[in-house]
Amino acid sequence: MKKLRYIVTMLALLITGAFPMQAQTADSTEVEKLDAVVAEESATDATEDVDVNALVFGHIGDAYEWHIATIGDTSVRIPLPVIVKSSTGWHCFSSSRLEEGETYEGLYIAEGGTYDGKIVERNAAGEEVRPLDISITKNVLGLFINSTVLVVILLSCARWYKKHPIEEGAPRGGVGMIESLVVMINKDVIKGCIGEDYKRYAPYLLTAFFFVLVNNLMGLIPIFPGGANVTGNIAVTLVLAMITFLFTNLFGTKAYWKDIFWPEVPTWLKVPIPMMPLIEFFGIFTKPFALMIRLFANIMAGHAAVLSLVAIIFITVKVGPVINGSMTVVAVAFGIFMDALELLVAFIQAYVFTMLSAVFIGLSRVKGHEAK
Amino acid sequence: MGLLTPEPGLIFWMIIIFGVVFFLLAKYGFPVIIQMVDDRKAYIDNSLKAAREANEKLADIQAESERILAKAQEEQSRILSEAAASRDRIISEARERARAEGDRMMAEIKKQVETEKECAIRDIRRQVAVLSVSVAEKVMRAKLADDKAQTELIDRLLDEMIETSKKQ
Repeated sequence: MKKLRYIVTMLALLITGAFPMQAQTADSTEVEKLDAVVAEESATDATEDVDVNALVFGHIGDAYEWHIATIGDTSVRIPLPVIVKSSTGWHCFSSSRLEEGETYEGLYIAEGGTYDGKIVERNAAGEEVRPLDISITKNVLGLFINSTVLVVILLSCARWYKKHPIEEGAPRGGVGMIESLVVMINKDVIKGCIGEDYKRYAPYLLTAFFFVLVNNLMGLIPIFPGGANVTGNIAVTLVLAMITFLFTNLFGTKAYWKDIFWPEVPTWLKVPIPMMPLIEFFGIFTKPFALMIRLFANIMAGHAAVLSLVAIIFITVKVGPVINGSMTVVAVAFGIFMDALELLVAFIQAYVFTMLSAVFIGLSRVKGHEAK
Repeated sequence: MGLLTPEPGLIFWMIIIFGVVFFLLAKYGFPVIIQMVDDRKAYIDNSLKAAREANEKLADIQAESERILAKAQEEQSRILSEAAASRDRIISEARERARAEGDRMMAEIKKQVETEKECAIRDIRRQVAVLSVSVAEKVMRAKLADDKAQTELIDRLLDEMIETSKKQ
């Protein structure tokens, strides 16, 4: 029952969000049909065309404001604080002052060029340069919201245990679900991959798993509190991979470093030209790099695929109601499929990230071969 | 490509946010959950062990009670048989004693009867002697009424006595 109500609200929100846009475009096409031939349409209607590229990349990328929907001419958006240290010192103001390409305190959002979509200023030579920019962007706010959700969920779980003594047995419902997830990751993944001294790494790996999982799932919610493409942003995955890199190499054993710089291969592979050591050394960096790219690409691609499918509806409006209608059905069907798939991917990617991190850490904890 | 260049501002915030989340969860979240799961596991293990022990104890108690019951039954039958034996023994003993007593009494009575009989016989003998003497007296008196007979008798007696002394 609860689920049904949830689905209905979601659909209602989607329809109210999508309807004005569709109506608008439909109106214009009807007008065009009166006075224009199909051949001319593409030329004159360039501005009315749905720019799928801009739509998809606008969503996938970061922004200084959180655009929720455009209803008619008014767009519903949440302006976010801009925090910038430019040549004139620190600036902190609402991003609503930079709407429509306005300039505020010498700063404006670049259109095109190297810094497309970013806040820039002009230096003495008139070139666009980027100031130090630590604005609360859409992804940062998304991170804040998702992290709050994560912390609230897990701490409320932890509080459940304080209220219920052991004699009352295992928790049910949500707490039980979180508990079984924690136990699964802790026992199967972390303990299984790292081995005896897994306890030192368990808090980080568990945090990474739940952080990625919650961010992935929140990204699948199409409207405001969710929907930010957080784990599909390379900066976020870079930080996560970096922490795994640090955990791997800071606590590496002697045997681990020996395997890198003096691996057990035929001597000619390492003496005159240190081929294997070089490859192994690059391996240190490629492993976390693969982690970073895998998570980023998977989540970004998922978002892009779902958005592109939705965009099909708006692209086919021009072609006529029959094709548009049938394509809408197809797009919705595929959209549902993709969303379901993304739910799976959200979990798998969190799992894979944690497991591979654990494997890399486990490799760095190897004991010497001499001990065998 | 813009997508592949990490944004420094976002990295900065990500480090801060992830750091805070990591700190909170690593301090107040996961250890509590894992600790509780481990504790519960230990509790369940202990409960199972206790249950098993209780079961074993119960089985022991059952065996013990059965053993006691069997022993009691054995004791009972032993006591019963003992009682029967002692009863038989007492009866036979009593019988024996009764017989002995009877025999003894019989013998005593016999002896008494014997003495009585002897006494009686002696008495009778004496009586008979006395009677025979008195009868003889009477007879003699009647027979020896005259002197001649008396002399004749004395003569005969003297003869007899001489004859017996002669024979000797």
